[in-house]
Amino acid sequence: MHSPDLTSVGIVTPQTARFDTPIKLRSGAVLDRYELVFETYGQLNADKNNAVLICHALSGNHHVAGFHSEHDKRPGWWDTMIGPGKPIDTNRFFVIGLNNLGGCHGSSGPSSLDPATGQPYGARFPLVTVDDWVETQARLADQLGIQQFAAVVGGSLGGMQALQWSITYPERIRHALVIAAAPKLTAQNIAFNDVARQAILTDPDFHGGDYYAHKVVPKRGLRLARMLGHITYLSDDVMGSKFGRMLRGGAFQYGYDVEFEIESYLRYQGDKFAESFDANTYLLMTKALDYFDPTHHHNEGLLAQALQPVKAGFLIISFTTDWRFAPERSREIVKALLDNERDVTYAEITSSHGHDAFLMVDPYYHDLVRAYMQRIDLGDAA
Amino acid sequence: MNAQMIEHARQRADFETIAAWVQSGAKVLDLGCGDGTLLRYLKETRKVWGYGVEIADEKILACAKNGVNVIQTDLESGLEGFESGSFDYVILSQTLQSMKHTERIMQEMLRVAKQAIVTFPNFGYWQHRLQVINGHMPVSRDLPYQWYDTPNIHLCTLKDFEAFCAQLNVRILERSVIHRGHQISVLPNLFGSLAVYRVERLS
Repeated sequence: MHSPDLTSVGIVTPQTARFDTPIKLRSGAVLDRYELVFETYGQLNADKNNAVLICHALSGNHHVAGFHSEHDKRPGWWDTMIGPGKPIDTNRFFVIGLNNLGGCHGSSGPSSLDPATGQPYGARFPLVTVDDWVETQARLADQLGIQQFAAVVGGSLGGMQALQWSITYPERIRHALVIAAAPKLTAQNIAFNDVARQAILTDPDFHGGDYYAHKVVPKRGLRLARMLGHITYLSDDVMGSKFGRMLRGGAFQYGYDVEFEIESYLRYQGDKFAESFDANTYLLMTKALDYFDPTHHHNEGLLAQALQPVKAGFLIISFTTDWRFAPERSREIVKALLDNERDVTYAEITSSHGHDAFLMVDPYYHDLVRAYMQRIDLGDAA
Repeated sequence: MNAQMIEHARQRADFETIAAWVQSGAKVLDLGCGDGTLLRYLKETRKVWGYGVEIADEKILACAKNGVNVIQTDLESGLEGFESGSFDYVILSQTLQSMKHTERIMQEMLRVAKQAIVTFPNFGYWQHRLQVINGHMPVSRDLPYQWYDTPNIHLCTLKDFEAFCAQLNVRILERSVIHRGHQISVLPNLFGSLAVYRVERLS
């Protein structure tokens, strides 16, 4: 049991929103009905102008803050950022976390049951894009009676959703907090994603995506995919300082069992992930990352052109040792916003934690988010 | 003199002059914008809109608290994130003297903006000269550092700056020399402690 913490949102219960209006996805596929699971923290005010949407990254979900029960050992994935008195202050904001379409934590996805067949969708679940997510998130906002978000916030792939929100629905978002993100993936990023996908796709237990029927899970593939991903989320520095060349047994064993601490750590992370995450969702999420490119529909492929409709103010944050989505990538977004004369604050946080830094506690990082959020006008200024 | 007092003194002296020179509604880039006070002042008094540039974390944070747009970047690496001619004015308030690449920043400023406003402490101010004659590096209200801890590596006098502009093909449009809030018109290079220039590139 956790001790009472006044900065925690406490015990939260996920809710499910059902959608019966078919949605045509970017791929052309149509989903007749779907569900989104979400959590909320804080209260929606009378003007309904204090809603904040948290978009999750590759392996995230709707459980952003608080605990699911008194016995829950771990809080939501961004509990350090969201709560009463925290940088995204639930005393002031009504915060929504959701599991994206295609996810594996309750929202409709490859592992959920297809109402048409009563069987898991498996390979039949269509690929979804960041645009599709924004569309489904907007429909969730409609259901909750939220016309406009005070802010849409996300790190990594979540930041891409915040950016897309500002383009697709300029009237429905006043601020975007885009953290450790990029305007689109580089060839190197896509390459990493494809190696991860290949690990899953070539796992004998994958069965073309319909492994549920075979009562197996492509664990080996998913484990490898996660191990690879994990390497790219950390910096060389932090790996060096945390593990270095430390050996578990103190001496070389001249074999292929775990010897170096880093091996042990990665295998543990991989195993843990493979137990809890769906391989099809992992595939789908990495493709959504690869496809994301707001300039795709523009002839010249210019980001500044793609961002012309934007009205939101931006806080863009990058981390110095993030090589997966390096500061230069964030600066591309900043440049495109400057070219369009939009309000933007950009900060480059000195951190040794690589891409994962966006989930870590850092005084400057958190103070900055807090300061930015506090400036958001809800008409409640004293 | 503590850092806050230095900051305060710095603000009063040249802000009014800058506000008087900047056209209402202009788009401004403030390099080395500190806590964003000048931009906020210009926004409130001149309806100016723009961005600050800073490198220090605590100043970025202060700008966010002030509600001022700010970009965290190192001025020494140039202004490549800014389009040519995209600002009406670029301001470099008491930062020139601490920059390594003085020529480059002047050129970059006049690339991104039509006009630049540059302010710096006048090394030729009589008290500074006197201290040098007495065998010491000057320490004053405007140069509040000891030689060993000063960030100021490129100090100059009014005459030096004007020669520098001529050499860079930069035209001086306006000059204001100040000492403790007062305009100095007699022997400004001797009696003025703070120089404020408005310049443009000669086509």
